[in-house]
Amino acid sequence: MKLFAQLIKTLDSTNKTNAKVAALAWYFEEAIDTDKVWAIAILSHRRPPRPVNTTLLRTWASELSNIPLWLFEESYHIVGDLAETIALIVPTSKLSTDKSLTQFLDEMIALKSKSDDDKRAYLVENWQKLNYYERFVFTKLTTGGFRIGVSQKLMTRALSKATGIDEDILAFKLMGNWNPSSISFRDLVLEKRASDYLSKPYPFYLAYPIENQIPKLENISDWYFEHKWDGIRAQIIIRDGQLFVWSRGEELVTDKYPEFQEFIGVIPNGTVLDGEILPFANNEIGTFNDLQTRIGRKKVSKALLAKTPVILKAYDILEWNGEDIRGEPYIKRRGYLEKLFDDRLHEQISLYLSQRLQFKDWSDAVTEREKSREIKSEGLMIKHKDSPYLVGRKKGDWWKWKVDPMTIDAVLTYAMRGHGRRTNLFTDYTFGLWNKNNELVTFAKAYSGLTDAEFRKVDAWIKKNTLERFGPVRSVKPELVFEIAFEGIAKSSRHKSGIATRFPRILRWRQDKSSNEANTLEDIKNMLHMITDNE
Amino acid sequence: MKTPLLVFNDRGIYCEAANVYLDPWKPVDNAIITHGHADHSRWGHKNYITHNNNVPIIKHRLGDITVTGKSYNENFIINNVKFSLHPAGHIIGSSQVRVEHKGEVWVFTGDYKLENDGISEPYEPVKCHTFITECTFGLPAFKWTPQTEVFEAINNWWMENKKEGKTSVLFGYSLGKAQRLLKYLEPSIGKVYTHGAIENMTEVLRPIVKFPDTIRVTAETKKEDFIGNIVLAPPSAHGSSWIRKMVPYATASASGWMTFRGARRRRAIDKGFVLSDHCDWQELLTAVKATGAEKIITTHGYTEIFSKYLREQGYDARTESTQYEGELVEIETVKESTDIE
Repeated sequence: MKLFAQLIKTLDSTNKTNAKVAALAWYFEEAIDTDKVWAIAILSHRRPPRPVNTTLLRTWASELSNIPLWLFEESYHIVGDLAETIALIVPTSKLSTDKSLTQFLDEMIALKSKSDDDKRAYLVENWQKLNYYERFVFTKLTTGGFRIGVSQKLMTRALSKATGIDEDILAFKLMGNWNPSSISFRDLVLEKRASDYLSKPYPFYLAYPIENQIPKLENISDWYFEHKWDGIRAQIIIRDGQLFVWSRGEELVTDKYPEFQEFIGVIPNGTVLDGEILPFANNEIGTFNDLQTRIGRKKVSKALLAKTPVILKAYDILEWNGEDIRGEPYIKRRGYLEKLFDDRLHEQISLYLSQRLQFKDWSDAVTEREKSREIKSEGLMIKHKDSPYLVGRKKGDWWKWKVDPMTIDAVLTYAMRGHGRRTNLFTDYTFGLWNKNNELVTFAKAYSGLTDAEFRKVDAWIKKNTLERFGPVRSVKPELVFEIAFEGIAKSSRHKSGIATRFPRILRWRQDKSSNEANTLEDIKNMLHMITDNE
Repeated sequence: MKTPLLVFNDRGIYCEAANVYLDPWKPVDNAIITHGHADHSRWGHKNYITHNNNVPIIKHRLGDITVTGKSYNENFIINNVKFSLHPAGHIIGSSQVRVEHKGEVWVFTGDYKLENDGISEPYEPVKCHTFITECTFGLPAFKWTPQTEVFEAINNWWMENKKEGKTSVLFGYSLGKAQRLLKYLEPSIGKVYTHGAIENMTEVLRPIVKFPDTIRVTAETKKEDFIGNIVLAPPSAHGSSWIRKMVPYATASASGWMTFRGARRRRAIDKGFVLSDHCDWQELLTAVKATGAEKIITTHGYTEIFSKYLREQGYDARTESTQYEGELVEIETVKESTDIE
């Protein structure tokens, strides 16, 4: 545990990616093998089930600290993290322990079925034997979640550094279900298998954004257009009778989208497609909101599959007949891709083609772009006919030309303290719009869009203009107006306002407006009708 | 009902019997000032009364003002009200103010801490009936480690950076924190460079306390000069062009707020040292008890939480709102800019 706590402390004390990778690599070289496996499991969110519920944790921590429960709760609201609060408040002792991370986790797994008295005794004993960081880590493990600013990707990179094994291969090895209590480090990581290479994706090529104006690209006949679909960018790999799905974060998400398994046997082996995963209930592209129900799930239920099926809208092909064709011009690659559709193969499977468009002049392109919202696209992609498939975000050949976001002026109604980096500052805001009875109805939450200086100003204002407190949340005087931008809008029965917005964020603080000048719920419903009535 | 000895009005903490304000935030005729930080000693009063050691500080900050210096424990009478200043241990020249009238005693702490920092006169408890206390860190999550351990960690950090060929940049308020850090930096490790705001303030304080030598960072300071050495800078220098000359550097901040992981990470600094010139939770409780007071008024910090806890412990405790800021991690930059050079 000492080594793992040391790792977390080092990770905490830097915001430089290279230093984080170095610290993780150091751990993967120094730790005993079973601890390495557990560290991988924890950092890829394969934590053991929570042995104690947090209500008991809070009660026991406040008893041990000899403070009333309300004071512990207040402290928790301010600190923002339960494990950190316990690590700070519970009294320390001179005792220590050399138990390994594996021993602790084995004990926690066994603890789950014990009596509350045994659980209390176990926690109290260990809280007192651990120093601040060890206690923080130990408690974080018992509370469940372990988000500490290290992505699975970063962890994989470090593991690659420590073992010399390719990152993509490691990502594949670490996917799926494996049990950290029983698998060895050798089996999980080191063992070489020919199949490891089967899943290897290509790095994604990302388009460069065009902001605000009509692009100045010469000779429109050299350019092709596609709509920019709003789903999950993905690569689908079919090799040797197996299929793999990679998302843009270069995360292997095959298990989340079982629909695509039917591609096997229809799409030839040695094919890699680039496209967008989109929700497609009733043969119609859904909203990103619909897709959200699929993203979070590791296991997908039959009911969910039926309710929100997905398709791949393909726009490029990177491998054909087992050959890397990324160097060939766009139009030639599109030729291979479109041939798949000529053969009508797609009709049996959840595969659709992203249409390639051409325009005679820019005004036609502008007209097409304006139709984007109606057909559930975010704008246009512009790709040069001869462009190869490059790596990363490169300027020149591929452009994305998004439609302007929708905006509305809303009133700040509630504020909550931020988490992580923003603990102790009120940075998470809820916004309301006026209904017919002159009441503010919540319609969106937003966490980003202001500068640090603006956040500080609004934070200070909130502290002076609080009406009521509900734990970490405060209601504030309905005075401040913000312009909120969002990419999409959909009907929603889950929200009191009846609508859900896509990617709401703060565009600017309207210090020139008073709250009665903000928009109404009616205004935003009209925006919704403008989009859907045209369908 | 008789008027309380001290009331909180829109100008500050007011003693009507003497026509004197304590740390007023709007211009008044007579102001007793606890210490030199900008939220306690503001510009525009006709007469300032403060501890002798704070006189050069506020003159440096506020310019040409009329100020009378007093010693600790020295009684002075204004309109039959007896006043005296007592060490608060916050920064050099910081005081608590004792006010006595017709047998009733009130004490206002200003900002204070119990640990002896070796540069300011150590805090002394003062018996009173009503105790007006700050509680910037009035939450059980705050528990300071002894400063010797913190300084050992700071010097180790400096040595590590030196080994890696980096410059250490350490952030702290230009008045108070910077000098406390300076006092305990280990001169054998390397040279101490200072930002102009810190250097100016330190020069003012050198006649009062002995500090290690410092070198002012100027336009002429060469890039190579910094390597392996340490630079003391106000928090506002973080992310400024001024700091670019020190590349490659490692940054650290010393503040009570560094207790929180979130605060450490939010400020995008490499290292956070928990070091404060305010009381932690236990120190506040100790201080309250030592005064023997039954009535407690909390002024800034986690006021509601702290006074609720005190009420449960049997005190008659309440909160009054003031414009004091305590140790605001996010407002440090704003405060520093009011620290006129």
